[in-house]
Amino acid sequence: MPKPEEVKYTKTHEWVHLGAEAAVGISDHAQHEMGDVVFVELPKVGQKLEKEKPCAVVESVKSAFDIYAPVSGEVTAVNDAVTGDPALLNQAPLEGGWMFKMKPSNPAEGETLMTWTAYQDFVKQAAH
Amino acid sequence: MSTTTTIRRTALNETMRKYGGKMVDFHGWELPIQFAGILKEHEAVRKSAGIFDVSHMGQVFVTGADAFTLLQKTNANDLRKATPGKGVYSHVTNPAAGLVDDIIAFCLSADRYLVIVNATTSTKDYEWFKSQAGKMRVTVENKSDDYSMIAIQGPSVPKMFETFAPEALKLPRFGIVEKDIMGEHCYVSRTGYTGEDGFEITAPHSIIVQLWEDMMELGKPYGIVPCGLGARDTLRLESGYLLYGQDVDDFHTTYETGYGWVVSLDKGDFIGRGILATQKAEGVKRRLTGLTLTGGVPRPGCKIFMDGKQVGELASATYSPTLKKGIGVGYIIPPDLKPGAPLEVEIHGKRVKAEVSRMPFYKGTAFNKGIGA
Repeated sequence: MPKPEEVKYTKTHEWVHLGAEAAVGISDHAQHEMGDVVFVELPKVGQKLEKEKPCAVVESVKSAFDIYAPVSGEVTAVNDAVTGDPALLNQAPLEGGWMFKMKPSNPAEGETLMTWTAYQDFVKQAAH
Repeated sequence: MSTTTTIRRTALNETMRKYGGKMVDFHGWELPIQFAGILKEHEAVRKSAGIFDVSHMGQVFVTGADAFTLLQKTNANDLRKATPGKGVYSHVTNPAAGLVDDIIAFCLSADRYLVIVNATTSTKDYEWFKSQAGKMRVTVENKSDDYSMIAIQGPSVPKMFETFAPEALKLPRFGIVEKDIMGEHCYVSRTGYTGEDGFEITAPHSIIVQLWEDMMELGKPYGIVPCGLGARDTLRLESGYLLYGQDVDDFHTTYETGYGWVVSLDKGDFIGRGILATQKAEGVKRRLTGLTLTGGVPRPGCKIFMDGKQVGELASATYSPTLKKGIGVGYIIPPDLKPGAPLEVEIHGKRVKAEVSRMPFYKGTAFNKGIGA
């Protein structure tokens, strides 16, 4: 499973572990802001996703949050463990808490995403 | 022209931050939405002990020879139940039988009442009581700005109070005792908004920080945790308690909320009685109905369907940490659905199976008979 610096981040706080099959989840910062996650709705295997379009829903006790596709592509796998135990998103957002895997259709899209360092700065700036 | 509203902070604001409260704007008050997390806080209150800053709540004092008469006229419940040292939960009614507010009226002594009112309605309630007093020999004072209030809630809380306030342990549910704490005159009542046993303390701002710290210390053996608005909402909704402004307002009546036990038609006349008597005789057209869901998390505003037709929308709804499923209440037409009746709730454009629930959704220790002596 990836380390924080091995994945790329979106401005909407998803992470993606780029590769032929890219895993997607939410950042530790995102899970912290959401609070206790109690329900997760994932896309379906085979579903075509478009970059920056909503593709999943995370519900905490407080509120519902749309999850946006970090890149375009087709869903190849979903993590049933997080639908069964949504708290995984809080406990291990980058490890057991990956949400789905996808086959990116346009590798160039990954270039526009933030590195770990850039994302940390982005979060810090947003806090001010 | 622009208007600037300044956010109001309670005397515990710094303390809430010190304990890690995530502060939010709640109807103009800066209050913590959560500390360690809503689920942890909710569980602490259900199983042992939690403490809340509820200083946004208001205190209206009604005193004088006609204090009882004024409250009897403006309330649906019978104030005769509030003998000295006791309070009643009641609905303050308008001429259309809608709710001015839902309150607890405590009788301190025959001609002195403390009315605990909601934060957003304290000025409105005060003005309403004054306007209804006419020539009565009564003084109505809004002392909401003079007092802080904390709620200490959970099954372990009576044990915490054994040394701190043994006199409070004898209180029945809705009992109240006046007590000097650190030399200041305070009010300790066996009430709360969580469905668990516990106490609420109304105290001057000057001692509230120390009182909070003392409660944290007393609660340490029981794992007491500071709790925010998030847990307050999940706890009260599981208990079937109304949230004024969200579940009920000036345009819904007590019978429509399903709180018929609050209405005392035989106590004599009171504002809105005629309409309530008619509703009692003829039934209501809509009723605040509880429902549980099979999946997903319902939110206020979600549409409710029966046999494919919209029959209402959710007023309050959330994930129930105790029942581990979605729960909600909404006004439904028809009003008399039986528990188990199948419904659907629309969440993010999808219909989720739901069914009518008995109320409350969950009975905590506050619902036990024979609390106190």
